[in-house]
Amino acid sequence: MKAASTNYISDLRLKPNMGEVIEMMASAPAAETTQAKFECRNVEVFYSGKRALHGINMDVPDSGVTALIGPSGCGKSTFLRVFNRMNDTIPNARVAGQILMDRQDIYGKDIDPVLLRARVGMVFQKPNPFPKSIYDNVAYGPRIHGLAPRKSDLDTIVEKSLMRAGLWDEVKDRLKEAGTSLSGGQQQRLVIARAIAVSPEVILMDEPASALDPIATAKLEELIDELKEKYCILIVTHSMAQAARVSQKTAFFHLGDLVEYDDTQTIFTNPKDQRTQDYITGRTG
Amino acid sequence: MSAMAKTSIHQTDLARKRLARRKAKEKRFRYAGVTAVVIAMVMLGWLVVSLVGTGYTAFFQHYLTITVTLDENILDPNGARDADQLRKANYRKIIQQALYARFPEVTYRRSKRALFQIISASGATNHVRKMVYQDPNLVGRELTIVVPVSDDVDQFLKGYIDRKAPEELRRVSDQQIAWVDQLVTSGELVRKFNWRFFTAADSRDPELAGIAGAVVGSIMALGVAFFLSVPIGVGAAVYLEEFAPKNRLTDFIEININNLAAVPSIVFGLLGLAVFLNFFGLPRSAPLVGGMVLGLMTLPTIIIATRSALRAVSPSIIDGALSLGASHTQAVFHHKVPLAASGILTGSIIGMAQALGETAPLLMIGMVAFVTEIPTNIMEPASALPVQIFLWSDSAERAWAERTSAAIIVLLIVLISMNAIAIFLRSRLERRW
Ligand SMILES: Nc1ncnc2c1ncn2[C@@H]1O[C@H](COP(=O)(O)OP(=O)(O)OP(=O)(O)O)[C@@H](O)[C@H]1O
Ligand SMILES: [Mg+2]
Repeated sequence: MKAASTNYISDLRLKPNMGEVIEMMASAPAAETTQAKFECRNVEVFYSGKRALHGINMDVPDSGVTALIGPSGCGKSTFLRVFNRMNDTIPNARVAGQILMDRQDIYGKDIDPVLLRARVGMVFQKPNPFPKSIYDNVAYGPRIHGLAPRKSDLDTIVEKSLMRAGLWDEVKDRLKEAGTSLSGGQQQRLVIARAIAVSPEVILMDEPASALDPIATAKLEELIDELKEKYCILIVTHSMAQAARVSQKTAFFHLGDLVEYDDTQTIFTNPKDQRTQDYITGRTG
Repeated sequence: MSAMAKTSIHQTDLARKRLARRKAKEKRFRYAGVTAVVIAMVMLGWLVVSLVGTGYTAFFQHYLTITVTLDENILDPNGARDADQLRKANYRKIIQQALYARFPEVTYRRSKRALFQIISASGATNHVRKMVYQDPNLVGRELTIVVPVSDDVDQFLKGYIDRKAPEELRRVSDQQIAWVDQLVTSGELVRKFNWRFFTAADSRDPELAGIAGAVVGSIMALGVAFFLSVPIGVGAAVYLEEFAPKNRLTDFIEININNLAAVPSIVFGLLGLAVFLNFFGLPRSAPLVGGMVLGLMTLPTIIIATRSALRAVSPSIIDGALSLGASHTQAVFHHKVPLAASGILTGSIIGMAQALGETAPLLMIGMVAFVTEIPTNIMEPASALPVQIFLWSDSAERAWAERTSAAIIVLLIVLISMNAIAIFLRSRLERRW
């Protein structure tokens, strides 16, 4: 289990020690505990008073990949946005219930969503690199959080992040070029590098491969497989095969309800609920 | 089973008829569009042709080369070279004597007067006065000067006065025509590019009048308007779009900004008159006040352009920034405003182009004065290009008509250039990534 103090971002009053930052990037926590990263208690989300999520109770493990599946409009994206409080940025959206991250209520009064989002990164369905250079894309997060006091530190972070996202070899000679000039798959990995650069604990991914071709998708899945050693990953996907390939835990949502949540193996081989069974065998959805 | 059963409903005669009708309708619509474009182009072409047709001659002017004797007895009878005396001296007589010397056969008083009328009297006297004033040592010597001819002779030489018309119906007499012909043949009277039109301020004599004073006045007023309306407009737009709470007050403000954009510009002139001149006591006719009025007028345009540019920025970029832990303010200033910059710039330039062409509000605050000096600061009385056009268009002589058209051509060229710059900047900024 990680103590809150090892996460330098949670205490920005202290200037980060670069050695510590880089060491943290190199040796992120081992994935051995069964400790829950997130505990969701009766989470509800309302859009203009209309309930989109009906009292979700679910523990997200500290390590590994947790997949969220379910038919379109069932509330997967809504649920994912609960973890980094991106729902706060949607006017008319309201979140009720309790979400604990490392036992701490992330909707508590003492939590600043801006710092929470540095701890919980996010990758969107459509790659959204900034219209800046590849370097500046990755450097943006460390810059705004003041993680790299010197240019050389920033260079190190950018390089490590791009390496970890499996993009370094493809872009190391063109860091000054526009991030938007990359292919879709490269852009998505760039966005992942950008998220990694602020040393998050968790990465949320909302259908990250839905705009990619099969080869880019395979590359991305490989990357997710590597990243899960260091980060807690939550992924929304429409592909059953992808959920089966990359995740250890799977949650099936239906019409705003969490229908079934279990080990991925169990969900795909031996689902308990009829709705889950219908969905994974392609009879609904 | 039969052949009939296999025919699709899209292959019958009826279907062909329907298709023909649809195509005819589309064709009619295309013709209507082409007709509209042709009509618009013809009107535009007509405007340009008529402007250039009447205006291009104003870019040329006829000049007379003449040798004057700077007679000490006339200019400085007591030989003191006193600056005041040199300024007040009778230069008119100097010019007259030079002309009489050139045409010694002219003796009648009336003929002498007619002869003097072929050159620009104040143009020539002011020219010589300035030279002598700068270098008093010239007194007593001979000097060859090149001076504009009078507007009537200029118009005659440009072909606007018919030499076959009865003498009493034209503004140049037979005698004057004879002199002019003689001077043209001898090469003393030539046509040159009219630099004075671009370097001089307004004048009572068309042959001496230029647009420089009005252009400088316009530039000063636009500068004031720019520094007033762009920072305030962009700041207000960013605040309203991104930070203002959405409530009744901000709704009310928004509606009123949209209304302001539709308020006739003369109303802003009245506002300027009441507030800047009458209440704050700022000087009349000053580019400072004109600029402030124009700035107020363009403010809504810039606010609206900036807000729509901000709204056009893809929300996914902002989501990306927020998801990295950027605050809302950081997301706005690091991403939204830079991405909206080209739209903001275009809106500002187009607002400024509008302000440049505006006349009515300037009339209200007195920027319509007859100003013969090029203003040197924003508190001095000045005119503006569209107001200058308005003033000239009111004068009767033929020479003013060509200068009016020429000034309009200059104004249009500046406006088109500003819009072209706006388009260029937009494409440049957008192509960067
Ligand atoms: N910004 C919003 N405003 C209002 N309603 C919303 C908003 N976002 C989502 N909803 C509603 O909430 C419900 C859940 O939407 P959500 O986007 O979470 O579904 P999803 O499972 O991610 O679907 P998909 O697989 O198509 O992405 C839907 O009924 C949707 O209409
Ligand atoms: Mg979704």
